[in-house]
Amino acid sequence: MTLRVNDLKVYYQTLRGDVHALDGVTFDLADGEIMGLAGESGCGKTTLGKSLIRLDSRMKHVGGTIELDGKNVPIADEKAMVPLRYHEISLIPQYAMSALNPTRKIGRMIKDLMKARGVDPASIEDELHRRLELVGLEQDVLNRFPIELSGGMKQRVVMVISTLLNPSLLIADEVTSALDVSTQRAVAESMVEFRDRGFVKSMVFVTHDLSLVYQMADTIMVMYAGHVVEKASAKTIVNEPKHPYTQMLISALPEVGSTEEQGRLEGIPGKPPGLLDPPTGCRFKDRCPLAFSKCSERPPLVEIEPGHWAACWKTG
Amino acid sequence: MWRYIGRKLFVYLLTFVIAVTINWMIPRFMPGDPVRSMLNRASISDPEALERMTTYYETVFGLDTPLYQQYFNFWAGLFRGELGVSSMLYPQPVLDIILRSLPYTLALLLPAILLSWIVGNRFGAFAARNKVLDNTVLPVGYILTATPYMWLALLLAWSMGIVLGWFPASGGYSFSLIPEFSWLFISDLISHWFLPFMSLFIVALGGWAIGMRNMIIYELEADYSNYLQALGAPRRLIRRYAFRNAMLPQITGLAVQLGTVIAGALLTEIVFNYPGLGTLILSALNNRDFFVLQGVFLFVVVGVLIANFIIDIIYVLIDPRTRVQMTGGGA
Amino acid sequence: MSNVAGAPGTAEKSDGAAAKRGSEALHYARRNPKLLIGLGIVLGLLLLGIIAPFFVDHDPNEYIGPQGQAPDGEYWMGTTSFGQDIWAQFVYGLRATFLIGIFGGGVAFVIGTAVGFVAGYKGGIIDEILNMLTNVVLVLPALVVLIVVTAYLEVRGLFVQGVFIGLTSWPWAARAVRSQALSLANRDYVDLARLSGRRTWKIITSEIAPNMSSYLVMSFILLFGGAILIAAGLDFIGLGPSNGVSLGLMLESAVGWGALQRGMWWWFIPPGLGITVIVASLYILNVGLDEVFNPKLREL
Repeated sequence: MTLRVNDLKVYYQTLRGDVHALDGVTFDLADGEIMGLAGESGCGKTTLGKSLIRLDSRMKHVGGTIELDGKNVPIADEKAMVPLRYHEISLIPQYAMSALNPTRKIGRMIKDLMKARGVDPASIEDELHRRLELVGLEQDVLNRFPIELSGGMKQRVVMVISTLLNPSLLIADEVTSALDVSTQRAVAESMVEFRDRGFVKSMVFVTHDLSLVYQMADTIMVMYAGHVVEKASAKTIVNEPKHPYTQMLISALPEVGSTEEQGRLEGIPGKPPGLLDPPTGCRFKDRCPLAFSKCSERPPLVEIEPGHWAACWKTG
Repeated sequence: MWRYIGRKLFVYLLTFVIAVTINWMIPRFMPGDPVRSMLNRASISDPEALERMTTYYETVFGLDTPLYQQYFNFWAGLFRGELGVSSMLYPQPVLDIILRSLPYTLALLLPAILLSWIVGNRFGAFAARNKVLDNTVLPVGYILTATPYMWLALLLAWSMGIVLGWFPASGGYSFSLIPEFSWLFISDLISHWFLPFMSLFIVALGGWAIGMRNMIIYELEADYSNYLQALGAPRRLIRRYAFRNAMLPQITGLAVQLGTVIAGALLTEIVFNYPGLGTLILSALNNRDFFVLQGVFLFVVVGVLIANFIIDIIYVLIDPRTRVQMTGGGA
Repeated sequence: MSNVAGAPGTAEKSDGAAAKRGSEALHYARRNPKLLIGLGIVLGLLLLGIIAPFFVDHDPNEYIGPQGQAPDGEYWMGTTSFGQDIWAQFVYGLRATFLIGIFGGGVAFVIGTAVGFVAGYKGGIIDEILNMLTNVVLVLPALVVLIVVTAYLEVRGLFVQGVFIGLTSWPWAARAVRSQALSLANRDYVDLARLSGRRTWKIITSEIAPNMSSYLVMSFILLFGGAILIAAGLDFIGLGPSNGVSLGLMLESAVGWGALQRGMWWWFIPPGLGITVIVASLYILNVGLDEVFNPKLREL
């Protein structure tokens, strides 16, 4: 196993109290697995992505563990996380377009970053050039400032930078949402290729775009209101979802294969519950057509068939 | 970039034309008779000299020619370097009087502006996101920017000049000395320069420190900082980047603040009776010497415009974004 | 003044949910020491300037006491070398300082926001022209222009001084408002208002301005402080209101009549201190406001 997350709880501290953004999240990620992480906005998927690499100042680790390649990942300990970052866990941020320092040439910035992380820039230079070529960029981009590149070029540069040290785990946070459809596909394809070439061992691909994730991911994990509701192979999730929420999510898509801009779910009546004071039991029960008395207890995430996990009393 | 510089040049040219026009208009359209009030104050006892002065000012104002003619004559005179003749120091040309005072003002201004900018930026960057320092630098900085220039000048003149007697509190050099290139005179010049300079430097310092602190905090929240942090880059590198990027608005700020600092220098000079343009303005005001006043005004405006232009060029050279736009780069 | 006083950053604004944001802001406001201290001092001095003059039963410029008296029980701040009561001058001067701040700052605010809104909202050639105008006024050194202009006035009053200060100090506010309005003008709800055929002025006042109200308040405070400082400078040079009382005029006469050489510190310390404390409190209040309204700065 590359990554093993066990009962992870991360809360946001706000004025009115803690927002239970991740409330007992458990899943495994195998070597070489690309996992799509899907759900409505506010379901905790971005929080999960962040929690794996860097908590921001309002986030609080409340419980649970993360293990990467058999070693504990001390997410609450800022200092202890530093050696892991980039070398073991890396990130392609949502804001890739503005992730590069506007006043440094890209090559220079990479050198600065390498030195700061204890890597001799000369030792990765050839690899850097190879990878740039792989994503269709000329070496010359290293002599340019970010403003001289198009959005898609910046995205690819960030992709190369983020994976340059061959991390075990790559978190890609909504990387395609700012791109047009054709570029989206190209980016998604290069991500798969990066995995195939072993630049990254495994990947968590946070997105609201189920159709894109279906094409590139091996597995899909669906979250709802801070809980994992279902995880299975991409095919299974799209074709034979078991959890009622996943079913509604899939049926709300216009048609698999076409691109839905926003993951809005007009098809499902009601709204997700607020996470400031979340309801007990299954969090989907108020919107669920199948809800019954037992749903006031939280359903455990169980493996209903090999590699297919779901958290629902009806499927269990 | 040429487009950028061209636009800037156009604005500066326009500003210059407007400034000259204001200069021309004010004495002509303000209520009252400027020639009369000017001559009333000029303490000339010789009636013949007074006669000559009156004729001179009336021709210069050209009140008997049509307005547009007066306006063009004004410009023509300007291009010949004629700023008129002073009434308080009749018949000295205004230009000579100003050129005599200018070095003193520049000697105060240039070091004060540059040093306060450099030191203030360092300080502010240092204080940003450092709880203890931030809690002291911030209030001190705000108090300093809120201090009227002349008041700090008064406090320094009183405490270090009069009470402690460490530095002379008045004048540009001792009356007993004759200006010459000797160690004695130069050291005297410097000791007179020190307090007005310090006063200007300290007030300006606060503003830069605060500006830098605020900019750095903003930059540390920027996406590129977050990305570097996520990749485990050390604080040192992130702050270095933030500092570089925060410098750019501070350079623009230098241009914006120029007017304020110049005003500060003029006020400070008055407190110390320092023989620069500020003191000149005051005596011109007291003697209703409008020609000197307007000459100083034009000099200051031109100085500000030149400084602005220099800052623009520096900015273009430093910020890759404007530089890229000039070479038509960008994919 | 653009980079003074926590120049309002990019305060994020969520459309709608304004009421919720308001109560949240209030919550932070109550706990923000910068805001509370700044506001407290400003209001305290304002009250002093309003009330104290009623308890002074003589004209502040009247020669009433002993000459050059150091502060004592009868004359709390001493007297000038002519025997004027400095306490009386100080409290009347406070009043004048607040007046010129409100008035000069107000004129600058009205011009600056009007120019900024129209430029940012209308765009195109109007934006170009207004932008150019803004840049021209911005590079002209305000105090020097004011000196030349007011020097010709035979009689000067607070009103005229305020108008002139306003006319020269609006540009940076116009710039700031313009960039904010520019970003807001492209929001959906503004588009909707435009499509529904509402008047530009209505859209600006009902859709755009409320969404940047915190920003406007902060701009006004900065202009207010700036106007006080400029007025003090003008007064000090001798171009203040004729026969008036102000903190700047007090400094002028203190220097003019040799308070420095005679060591009459009580003559020049109170007026300068008054200006400094008012303006510094305004700036600090502004930083507090910025922290309250800008969520990014809250975690400090």
